[in-house]
Amino acid sequence: MSNIDPILLLSAIIVVATPILLAAIGELVVERAGVLNLGVEGMMITGAVCGFIVATLTGSPWLGFAGAALGGALLSMIFGILTQLFLSNQVATGLALTLFGLGLSALLGQGYIGVKGPSVPDVYLPILRDIPVLGPILFRHDIIVYLALAIVLGVWVFLERSRAGRVLRAVGENHDAAHALGYKVVRVRLMAIAFGGACAGLGGAYLSLVRVPQWTEGMTAGAGWIALAIVVFASWRPGRLVLGAWLFGGATALQLALQAAGGVQIPIEYLQMAPYLATILVLVILRAGRAPGSLGRSFHASS
Amino acid sequence: MIRLERRPEPSRAWTLATPFVAVALTMVAGGLMFAMLGKDPVEAIRTIFWDPLFGDFASYSRPQLLVKAGPLILIAIGLSLGFRAGIWNIGAEGQYILGAIFAAATGLAIYPAESWIVFPAMIVAGALGGILWAMIPALLKVRFGTNEVLVSLMLVYVAEALLASMSLGLLRNPEGMGFPGSRNLAQYPSAANLDLIPGTGMHWGVALALIAVIVGQVVMTRHQLGFRVRLAGQSPRAAVFGGVNPGWLIVVCMGISGGLAGLAGMFEVAGPAGRLSIDFNVGYGFTAIIVAFLGRLNPIGILLAGLLMALTYIGGELAQLQMNLPLAAIQMFQGMLLFFLLAIDLMTNFSFRFGRRATA
Repeated sequence: MSNIDPILLLSAIIVVATPILLAAIGELVVERAGVLNLGVEGMMITGAVCGFIVATLTGSPWLGFAGAALGGALLSMIFGILTQLFLSNQVATGLALTLFGLGLSALLGQGYIGVKGPSVPDVYLPILRDIPVLGPILFRHDIIVYLALAIVLGVWVFLERSRAGRVLRAVGENHDAAHALGYKVVRVRLMAIAFGGACAGLGGAYLSLVRVPQWTEGMTAGAGWIALAIVVFASWRPGRLVLGAWLFGGATALQLALQAAGGVQIPIEYLQMAPYLATILVLVILRAGRAPGSLGRSFHASS
Repeated sequence: MIRLERRPEPSRAWTLATPFVAVALTMVAGGLMFAMLGKDPVEAIRTIFWDPLFGDFASYSRPQLLVKAGPLILIAIGLSLGFRAGIWNIGAEGQYILGAIFAAATGLAIYPAESWIVFPAMIVAGALGGILWAMIPALLKVRFGTNEVLVSLMLVYVAEALLASMSLGLLRNPEGMGFPGSRNLAQYPSAANLDLIPGTGMHWGVALALIAVIVGQVVMTRHQLGFRVRLAGQSPRAAVFGGVNPGWLIVVCMGISGGLAGLAGMFEVAGPAGRLSIDFNVGYGFTAIIVAFLGRLNPIGILLAGLLMALTYIGGELAQLQMNLPLAAIQMFQGMLLFFLLAIDLMTNFSFRFGRRATA
């Protein structure tokens, strides 16, 4: 235990939490619009492979992240069209999206296994990064870490302070009433779903370009599902989402640190269970707040 | 102008036609996809759907059809019960793994003693393993209202870690030269789940899957449980007024699906797989979800869907060998199939109307 450096651990938590936070904030917007997309895992892994391919081909990680967001958004549109225009069951469609994404990514990434991608530089923040303790924890990361937090803040402002955000919430709370007021329920939901897909794609690319950084099949390993759990844990509020992501980042970073530190009597396999068990535990302990009223229900104007 | 109008009752014709149309569209779309990736689409489709039954190696792959369809059907029958009631057990993969671990542990505990009791004991242990694992999301949902989709799914990852730990530690073959994996149960006569008719792939698990189809059909159409399940799925409030205890229904549905998934794991570890290893599970628990939907949550439909999915599994392996396609590509195919199925489902519940709505 004494081999674990608390500053490094806290810094690692922020990095580990970032992909989950990105995917979760996207899904939060989707669910606030009244749509349950269980395909986060599939969109994330598609983002991971798209980001890695684009970054490797162009040599630019930033184009990679853009490609990942685009890939995730495009994939989410399959879900959007099926659930919003074809009125399919959202649970089943989301599961299909996950399966499809896992398969598609394996197919696309076939030639990229073991390839080394371009590296993502850390942002150089003078003065801030030299603050003792806080500097290494908070101010020595890559730009995506800060982008993720900025997106969370942006979503909060959008949902709570903007007119468009109020429309989105109205659509999620009661789609029939929103429709009666003249809001375009399907259009709002499609935009929310695309945003969710783009965020999940970014989160996936963060895994393949920064955290690992490599492409391997099935590399998201349930991160998309954990993102879904965090949205429930956060009671659909952006602020608590960050807390949730750091909590799960903490469970993961701690078990990785324990593995690396060695000298622990617990086998690695049991340590690997920790983030998943922590997710279940938190779902049990913290009773979720009220879900958006129309969550998961199909909307058909004439009914 | 084209409008959608909800049908007063789901169309029977479309309910039956949907799976076939979906399969046809998947072949077309899948072919286009392979073409874009620079693979010969006709050859790919033929390798996946035709060669396993009639190709050069068909004598090897035909028995595999039953071997792979057995667990898929067994798990899907259990899942369909819950899905009809609106209870989403997504973690059958984990329950399958736990069934296999429990069964293997039971068999290995008795090894090498030979007795007729070994095999039945393993069956009981396998079912128990699956039920116990399924009870975690079920009881948490009943007691704390946690989401069963997320909990059952998280437990898949926990089960995979447990499987790795078991095949590397407690259940590792002491004579295995340090390689991971347990003893081979298929070579332990009292525990082996061999073909009932040699060379057909027809083992006890396949037989049980067929029995499950029949029992499932009877329960859904004739039994009180089937009625309650359908009622809860159509209208949870009406079900409560009709005397259905929602908590009881969750426990029963999750228990049945977990138990059947556990049994599927048991028959797999004692027969076709033979032993526990890190990569013992191959996604049957997830594919069974598609089988359940493709079969319209109907036991007879699930039987046919299970055979079709087994075909794509074998075809996927062939495509991997012959065309260098990744095995996961088959998942893409399966996901696509489900997409088309869900999209065409619109025709079952809605009809297209042309022209303007008549004013009332």
